[in-house]
Amino acid sequence: MTDIPTWAALPAGVLLIGGGLLTVIGSFGLWRLPNFFARMHPPAMGNTLGLGCVLIASMLVTSAATARPVIHEVLITLFVVMTAPVTAMTLARAAIYRRDRRSQPGPREL
Amino acid sequence: MNTFLGFAVSFASLCVTLAMLFALARLFLGPSAQDRVLALDTFYVNGMLILLMLGIRSASTAYFDMALLIALFGFVGSMALGKFLLRGEVIEP
Repeated sequence: MTDIPTWAALPAGVLLIGGGLLTVIGSFGLWRLPNFFARMHPPAMGNTLGLGCVLIASMLVTSAATARPVIHEVLITLFVVMTAPVTAMTLARAAIYRRDRRSQPGPREL
Repeated sequence: MNTFLGFAVSFASLCVTLAMLFALARLFLGPSAQDRVLALDTFYVNGMLILLMLGIRSASTAYFDMALLIALFGFVGSMALGKFLLRGEVIEP
């Protein structure tokens, strides 16, 4: 690791620790919560806030290491912010559809 | 100050590795198919975070492209599996 000045290393370290903790809390919720609709919520915390913290830390460290502003991590942020709700909506609709189809009697078993 | 940053990167990598283990547990013991798809999506995002932390540790921009590709393929995979669970086929005629 090259020499990173203090003004970048201190906030980057704090953001990294916060992002790691948010991610592990989110995945722990994914492991422990009782049903699917409760389990949908915790990974969103790691996906949005944890990812944002790590990306800002990465921008800080890369900008300080190369001595010029590097902002191409914004691409990942934009992509994940645009696509995470689409996946969540699709999975929630699939879960509702499969639950309703399983609960009603009929000749077609799922 | 670099020792603090190194400690922070190591701690965050440990946390995200633990998170990947939790997501893997849900992937293996999830009772329904949508649980497994959600766990796979979380697993992809955690792997992308690991790659970004490796990029911070080695101060190179090569890991960034891999992280972007993993985000792209994770979205495509989760979307295809969710669409399959919802409709029964991925690309409808």
